Amino acid sequence: MSKSYRYTLGSKTYQFESLAQLMAKATPKRSGDSLAGVSASCAEERAVAQMTLAEVPLKTFLNDALIPYEDDEITRLIIDEHDKNAFAPIAHLTVGDFRNWLLSDHATSSVLTAIRAGITPEMAAAVSKIMRNQDLILVAKKCHVTTAFRNTIGLPGHLSTRLQPNHPTDNVNGIAASILDGLLYGSGDAVIGINPATDNVAQAIKLMQLMDEVIEKYQIPTQSCVLTHVTNTIECINAGAPVDLVFQSIGGTEATNSSFGFNLNTLAEAQAAALSLKRGTVGDNVMYFETGQGSSLSANAHHGLDQQTCETRAYAVARKFKPLLVNTVVGFIGPEYLFDGKEITRAGLEDHFCAKLLGVPMGCDVCYTNHAEADQNDMDNLLTLLGVAGCSFVMGIPGSDDIMLNYQTTSFHDALYARRVLGLRAAPEFELWLAKMNIMTDTKQHILADTLPSQFARSLKAISGGQ
Amino acid sequence: MSNSASKGIKQHKDNGKVVDNPWRELRRFTDARIGLGRAGISLPTNEMLAFQLSHAQARDAVNFPLDFAALSEQLQPFGESVLQLHSQAVDRSHYLQRPDLGRKLDIASRDKLTDFMSNVSAGALHQHDIAITIVDGLSSLAVQKNATAFIKQLLVLLNEQPQAWRLAPFTLVEQGRVAIGDDIGQLLNAKVVVVLIGERPGLSSPDSLGLYLTWQPKAGLNDASRNCISNIRPAGLSYQDAAQRTLYLLQEARRLNLSGVGLKDRSQDDVIEHQIHTKNFLLSE
Repeated sequence: MSKSYRYTLGSKTYQFESLAQLMAKATPKRSGDSLAGVSASCAEERAVAQMTLAEVPLKTFLNDALIPYEDDEITRLIIDEHDKNAFAPIAHLTVGDFRNWLLSDHATSSVLTAIRAGITPEMAAAVSKIMRNQDLILVAKKCHVTTAFRNTIGLPGHLSTRLQPNHPTDNVNGIAASILDGLLYGSGDAVIGINPATDNVAQAIKLMQLMDEVIEKYQIPTQSCVLTHVTNTIECINAGAPVDLVFQSIGGTEATNSSFGFNLNTLAEAQAAALSLKRGTVGDNVMYFETGQGSSLSANAHHGLDQQTCETRAYAVARKFKPLLVNTVVGFIGPEYLFDGKEITRAGLEDHFCAKLLGVPMGCDVCYTNHAEADQNDMDNLLTLLGVAGCSFVMGIPGSDDIMLNYQTTSFHDALYARRVLGLRAAPEFELWLAKMNIMTDTKQHILADTLPSQFARSLKAISGGQ
Repeated sequence: MSNSASKGIKQHKDNGKVVDNPWRELRRFTDARIGLGRAGISLPTNEMLAFQLSHAQARDAVNFPLDFAALSEQLQPFGESVLQLHSQAVDRSHYLQRPDLGRKLDIASRDKLTDFMSNVSAGALHQHDIAITIVDGLSSLAVQKNATAFIKQLLVLLNEQPQAWRLAPFTLVEQGRVAIGDDIGQLLNAKVVVVLIGERPGLSSPDSLGLYLTWQPKAGLNDASRNCISNIRPAGLSYQDAAQRTLYLLQEARRLNLSGVGLKDRSQDDVIEHQIHTKNFLLSE
């Protein structure tokens, strides 16, 4: 049973009814928590909640489940798979001590890897709430999470990109045009991933075949994904389609995932099916997940938790299935959850930190919608901060404009900016390909060729002469 | 000056040092911003500013208030009453952060509808077939540019039908979301409500009008009870095509006595069938 928490400040006593309420009120301000009615009522209450939370022992999170064990399969996953040995070195710490410990010189990359399985999502969420942006960046940079399929994602000093060639009617030449644009700007090492406009099995298979043929013809060391429902992808695999990665949007409560139409068993079935195809050449991470703060509230499945804690619980789902990529689509959900550039930035850094601390290969869709108080400058800032923090990958789209999903995300140009100013590089296998194809004349300095690479020039000529 | 430096200057003297992309011609296949060219690895000035203009237009579409007086005037020729209503979201900032309030009518608006009904009803509650509700939503531009022209096309089609469609008064809603139509349709005792609403503006489509149709509207329904037609605007789905599809949905809803997931819009099925091949220029040769 959850106990209540008190904090006396001068003559005033603040009371928090439960651990869930304390977590929510300690959360840096954002519109979604106000919408849910769980945020602190004033700035002082928020600061006091953070001071109170700092005194909570990490062990408490193992005994005081925010969503009851009996009610939620994700709580059961978190508790049942908690590794007590990995937890032992930090078992005596409070949340406040844990922040100090994470920032300390003792917490090296290898030490952080060793304790990973002992950290629960709630511990990660709690400590993130009392960390400043620079703390989130500093610790995330120490957490190395490397995954592989046809190339290697997440090596220190690397920043990959998902090439996102969406088209409002799935026109194959329209999609191919955006793929070409992206490849010639050095994009696509994380995945070439299409959000289909028409979401059914037949359409997904068509798009999978399209990408498979392109990857095969140009011998690109990357993987493809059609972002359709997990049950569709299982059907695609059964129909013999060339599935590299299985996609699913995931949330941090069982009820959220039910509203998305799947559960943990569905994901296990899909992972096994994708593994059976043995299409990876340098690794067997076959899942691609997307998350984002606010999805549980949006599904009315948040159990009174704040949106960042719900989000972090989704990473327990993710790490169970050893994904190649996890993507927090941070600004897509709209201003009722993250109001402006400041809230989007904070959320992006929190999600990246919590995921990396838990061992999840996190990238970020640095993005906004036109009804949010945000613009390209906000995206430049978050992209730069995430690049510094060691983010695994970002999106790449022509000119930042997704003409299918109607939102703005990072462009091919943006990714090259981040790589150049921060000295980051593409996945090593992909970087070799960029050089071999003469797309880049200098992959270390990110210098693109001024002339069209011959193999692509032939394809372009064929169509120019053709129609 | 090194050889390569002088070559660079010579090559690009016309537009600074911008490198153009010859594959820009592929824009005939897509509205995506491909082939933008580059200054180093960055966006050329003209493309960067063109993006800023698009974003500015989309932002204005969200933030400019809808001119309800002008819209009322445009609707006069159709001969129905026009009632102006307001949601419980008091202003735009409130509206953006509290979608729940945008789905509910404020008290004055409810009174207005109740008064209207008691004035037209003698004894039994007057029945309307169709209530058309125009909601500002997230793009006033979309409503201002497209709502009246679309309604004109729709009314032409409805008037041609053998079985009449009795119109409720037009309602105009400030700071509204889709579900507010359920409340309005119920209060006007309409068999079906058609909500026209400014959609979330895209960078290349700041003026996209959405249509949501709900049979037997009542407060508390969710999206599974609605059918949607999106992207109504001259550069998207034409008024005539949108009106035809709306008529199809209205007739089917009346026939089946339902709307939403149980009412499939089969008027689009053949479009999907038309494109099953994967052949594209990247796979030519």
